[in-house]
Amino acid sequence: MAQVTIRQINKFYDDVHAVKDVNLQINDKEFVVFVGPSGCGKTTTLRMVAGLESISSGEILVDDVVVNELPPMDRDIAMVFQNYALYPHMSVFDNMAFGLKMRKFAREEIDKRVREAADILDIGELLKRKPRQLSGGQRQRVALGRAIVRHPKVFLFDEPLSNLDAKLRVQMRVELKKLHDRLGTTAIYVTHDQVEAMTLGDRVVVMKDGWVQQVGEPMDLYNKPANRFVAGFIGSPAMNFAGVTFVARDGGVWADNEAMKIKVPERLVERVRPHVGETATLGIRPEDMRIAGSADPVEYGFACDVEVVERLGSETLLDVRVGKDSLVASVDPMTPAKIRDKLRLALDPDRLHFFDGKTEAAI
Amino acid sequence: MIEGAIWRKWVFFYVPLALFVFVLLFPFYWMFITTFRPDGELYQPWNSPRYQPFWTNNPTWEHIKYLLEETLFSKWMWNTMLISGVSTIVSLFCGVLAGYALSRLNFPFAGTLGTGIFVTYLVPQTLLFIPLAEIIRNFNMGDTPWALMLTYPTFLIPFCTWLMMGYFKAIPKELEECARIDGASRWQAMVYIIIPVAIPGILSAGIFAFTLSWNEFIYALVFLSSPEQKTVPVGVTSELIRGDVFFWGSLMAGALLGSIPVAFVYSFFVEHYVAGLTGSVKG
Ligand SMILES: Nc1ncnc2c1ncn2[C@@H]1O[C@H](COP(=O)(O)OP(=O)(O)OP(=O)(O)O)[C@@H](O)[C@H]1O
Ligand SMILES: [Mg+2]
Repeated sequence: MAQVTIRQINKFYDDVHAVKDVNLQINDKEFVVFVGPSGCGKTTTLRMVAGLESISSGEILVDDVVVNELPPMDRDIAMVFQNYALYPHMSVFDNMAFGLKMRKFAREEIDKRVREAADILDIGELLKRKPRQLSGGQRQRVALGRAIVRHPKVFLFDEPLSNLDAKLRVQMRVELKKLHDRLGTTAIYVTHDQVEAMTLGDRVVVMKDGWVQQVGEPMDLYNKPANRFVAGFIGSPAMNFAGVTFVARDGGVWADNEAMKIKVPERLVERVRPHVGETATLGIRPEDMRIAGSADPVEYGFACDVEVVERLGSETLLDVRVGKDSLVASVDPMTPAKIRDKLRLALDPDRLHFFDGKTEAAI
Repeated sequence: MIEGAIWRKWVFFYVPLALFVFVLLFPFYWMFITTFRPDGELYQPWNSPRYQPFWTNNPTWEHIKYLLEETLFSKWMWNTMLISGVSTIVSLFCGVLAGYALSRLNFPFAGTLGTGIFVTYLVPQTLLFIPLAEIIRNFNMGDTPWALMLTYPTFLIPFCTWLMMGYFKAIPKELEECARIDGASRWQAMVYIIIPVAIPGILSAGIFAFTLSWNEFIYALVFLSSPEQKTVPVGVTSELIRGDVFFWGSLMAGALLGSIPVAFVYSFFVEHYVAGLTGSVKG
């Protein structure tokens, strides 16, 4: 049973303002992922929760107790580091037992818990080895084991999978998800990989330059990005953007540029109307475009030149040029389209996004 | 291609290596031969039968016997051992703690202080021995082992501190952070995690410190005067060079026997020592 409340925290390193006014309520048993580009303050936030970094202003509460001044050992948390930080001079068993020994657990209890964790993680045969005799994936498991033997209130993970190769990363990601499901411990996970964030998180916190951009369930971030940054960050291949100007015409509102004339769908018209005459960014995900058929309405499509065709098997990506923008569309894998073709693409009007030209906030 | 490689290997590797080994080891060889040469061959080689410049056909124990029986050599050995041992331990203790503090505790001016400490190591002993002699005299410690046990750390501590600072910096800070999250206090994290991981570095610092104090000459020469207090380097040179008479055989025997403990310490720790110099900390 543990919930973590982050209240208006800030972090200054001399004149670097690394974390800015972060607020977040993390519920019991929740798996929250912080994601964002390098240097956005994810690690710093996590380290403040761990107690490894002082908090410049604001409060962190674990179960309604302010922990700002508590040393790491008294916060009852466990952390898994990117480089695993296994104690090189201790065996796997001792690595996992260290935290329990420090907390003066009885011998039998330590033994029981370590074996239990080793069973869960399938590292029973490695207990006598030293960390340097382990592969990357095994080290990763030991690091996880060291965290789970303590039965802490909160798990903290700082990019725990980034040192593994791609295949192992996917495998460990699934295992982490299972592990969390099994233990139900509140977890905060930091990564710069949006796929990890989307797959692991019950909720995802997107950060940039120390600011929280958006907090939400993965599909909410995908469907309703709060701003252009989140829209571009979540989803792969990334959302396409094109600069447009809003124009009132024919009783509707249109998003125009020299190569595209897209009608603003009915559901957005009221919100767009105050912006008529201003520039904005139109966003559309590759998977929300298709090659236009004769039945597709003209106001939700545009003509383009195919520049590259990438056949991935399950989908085919067309890199197309529309005026001065180049966009990526994910189309039917069997499409006969080839390089230098001229064709029309249709957009799904329900999945169009518009972002304010200046603030970049979603309209 | 392959021939070229072999040719290269000889010219750039084996030949320089051989020269290097020769230059380094020849003095020891010469010391060794001289120790066992009879006096006749040493002082009047032209009169000696079957004289060979790089070998001796009449080895003798006479010099070693002279050294052990007629001089206070065994006493000097003991003095040197005691003084080097104590000052090494004291310096290591201080150096490890200071190095840890300077590299890990983020207090203001830690960096400047670290550099400052290193600079004190660079002050030449030939400058320092005069004021130090004054201090030794004021504390009435002249001609006692204390004089050296307390002055050697003045250069050994900066040295050990500097070395340990570098070593501690190379240990990932996550190790310690992880220990602290695991429930260790700062002190426990240092004792259980950081120091064991730093053992190779500590051994290197210890070996260097021991060798430096074993070979130290100026302070030993100035602060000790009676023959039975002397250390090996000072004792051997002052008692076996009388005026312009050099007792070459016993001198070399003293040097040979005197270097055995150092050689022993080196070979005993050589594995850790090399690991320490290459700073291999595996995460
Ligand atoms: N000890 C420090 N001293 C000064 N500035 C720091 C320190 N640690 C981090 N920063 C700065 O704070 C900002 C946030 O750093 P942080 O490590 O939290 O980024 P991150 O989101 O974890 O990035 P990454 O994905 O690269 O790990 C960066 O601009 C960084 O330069
Ligand atoms: Mg980071």
